[in-house]
Amino acid sequence: MLNPESGLIIWQTIITILVLFVLGKFAWKPILGALKTREDSIAEALQAAEKAKEEMANLKAENEQIIREAREERDQIIQSASKAANEIKEKAKEEASEIGKKMIEDAKASIESEKNAALRDIKDQVAELSLQVTEKLLRKNLEGDKAQKQLLDSYIDELKLN
Amino acid sequence: MIRNSTKILRKGLKISVLQLVLILTFNLSGFAASEEGGSKTDFILHHIQNSHEWHLATFGHTHISIPLPVIVYSQDRGMEFFMSSSFKNEHHEWSEHQGYVIDEHDHLKPVDESRSIVDLSITKNVASMLVSVILLFLVFISVSNRYKKNPLSPPKGLQSLLEPIILFVRDEIAIPNIGKDKYMKFMPFLLTVFFFIWFNNLLGLLPGAANLTGNIAVTLVLSLFTLFYTIRHSNKNYWVHIFNTPGVPWWLKLPVPLMPIVEFIGIFTKPLSLTIRLFANITAGHIIILSVISLIFIFNSLAIGPVSVLFGLFMNMVELLVAFIQAFVFTLLSAIYFGQAVEEHHHEEGHEDEVGKAAA
Repeated sequence: MLNPESGLIIWQTIITILVLFVLGKFAWKPILGALKTREDSIAEALQAAEKAKEEMANLKAENEQIIREAREERDQIIQSASKAANEIKEKAKEEASEIGKKMIEDAKASIESEKNAALRDIKDQVAELSLQVTEKLLRKNLEGDKAQKQLLDSYIDELKLN
Repeated sequence: MIRNSTKILRKGLKISVLQLVLILTFNLSGFAASEEGGSKTDFILHHIQNSHEWHLATFGHTHISIPLPVIVYSQDRGMEFFMSSSFKNEHHEWSEHQGYVIDEHDHLKPVDESRSIVDLSITKNVASMLVSVILLFLVFISVSNRYKKNPLSPPKGLQSLLEPIILFVRDEIAIPNIGKDKYMKFMPFLLTVFFFIWFNNLLGLLPGAANLTGNIAVTLVLSLFTLFYTIRHSNKNYWVHIFNTPGVPWWLKLPVPLMPIVEFIGIFTKPLSLTIRLFANITAGHIIILSVISLIFIFNSLAIGPVSVLFGLFMNMVELLVAFIQAFVFTLLSAIYFGQAVEEHHHEEGHEDEVGKAAA
C-alpha cells in the first residue's frame, strides 16, 4: 500500500499534464477571463452610478440656482412694472389735474370775458336806454306837464316790466 | 444560488445513504464468502488498493467485475497487451498467462524472475482517473462555454455551484498566499489540482469506486507537480532563503552548514507531507467506513446493523466534508509554497513601503 506503483505514476503524470493543458486552455482561461470582465464591468458600473449621482446633485444645485435667479428676476420685473404703473398713474393724475385746472381757468377766463362783454352790453344798453329815456323825456317835457307825468309813469311801468 | 447548493447537498445526502445500502447489499455475500478464507483486514485492504480488474460485487460465487487492459513493457518482448480476464482461472483466482502472473497482492510479475518489466496496465485506478478526467472536461468545458457566451450575465445552474468555489480558490487561496501580481500564472494549476482532488475524493466515496486519491502514487505525482511548479517559478530570493537564511546566527551556517541542510531537505519534505497527508486522510476514511460495516460480520449479529448503518452514514457525511477539506488543504499548501518561491526580497518591500508612505 505504501509502495507507489510505477505504472500508476506514469499514467498519472501523463493524465495530469493532459488535464492541466486541456482545462488550462479550454476552461480556466475563459472562466477566469469572464470573471475578470464581469468584476471589471461591475466596478465600472458602480463608478458610473457614483458619477451619475454626483452629476445629478450638480444638476439639482444648478436647477435650484436657476430657479432662484428666475424668482429674483420675476420679483424685479414685478417691482419695476408696479413702479412704472405707479409712475404712469401719477403722471396721468398730474396731467388730468393740470388739464382740469386749465379747463377751469379757461372757463373762468371765458366767464370773465363773457361777464365783461355782458356788462359792457348792459352798460351800452343802459346808456342807450338812458339816452332814449332822456331823449323821450326831453321830447315830452317839451309837450306839457300832464303829459310829461303820464309819460314818465308809463316809462316807469315799462322799466318795471323790464 | 443558495437554493441550488442546498439542493445539491440534499442530493449528496441521498446518494450517500443509497451508497451505504448498496455497499451492504452487494458485499453481504462477499463478506460471507471471505469469512471462509481471509480476514476482514484482507477484505478492507483489497477494497482500498489498486487492482488489475474493476470488481463491483460478488453474489455467492458469482463475481461481477469489469476486465481491464493489461499492458506490459519489457526490453526483450516489447509492448504486450492482454485483458485482465485472461489471468483469471475457473475459480476466479489470479493465475499465470503468457509468462506473467498476478500475485495475491494484485501485482503483475513475470514468471521468469530474472526479467524486468514495466507494468503500464490500465488498472482500476487509471480507469477511474480517466472517468474523473472525462467528467472534469465535460463539467468545466460546458461551464466555460457559458462564460464565453455571456460573460456578464449572472451564473446559472452548474455554473452557480462552481463559481463560488473558483472564486474561493482565487480569492482565499491564491491571492492571499501568492500575491496580487503573480497569482495568475498559478491559477490554472491550483484550480486543476483542487477540482481533480475534490472530484476524485467524491468519486472515491461511491460504491465500487476506486480509492484514487488514497493511493500514494497518485498523491506523490500531484505533489511532485507542486514541487516542479515551485522550482520552476522560484526566484533568486527563494534560494537565498534556503542557502543563506536571513536572521539566523552565522554559526548555524558556518563551518557546519546546518541551517542550509535543513532548509534544503525542507524543499523535499514539503511535497512529501502533501503526499502523505492526502493519501493518509482519504485511505483512513475508507478504512473507517469499511471497518464500521465489517463490524456487523465480525460480531456476526444483525443487532449491530443499525449501529453500523448510522455510524457509517455519519462517517460518510464526514467524508464528504473531508473530500472538500483535503482538496482545499492540498491547494492551500501548494499556494503557500508558490508564494514562498515568488516572494520578493523583504528589504525591498520595506523600502517600497517607505517610498509609498513618503509619496502619501
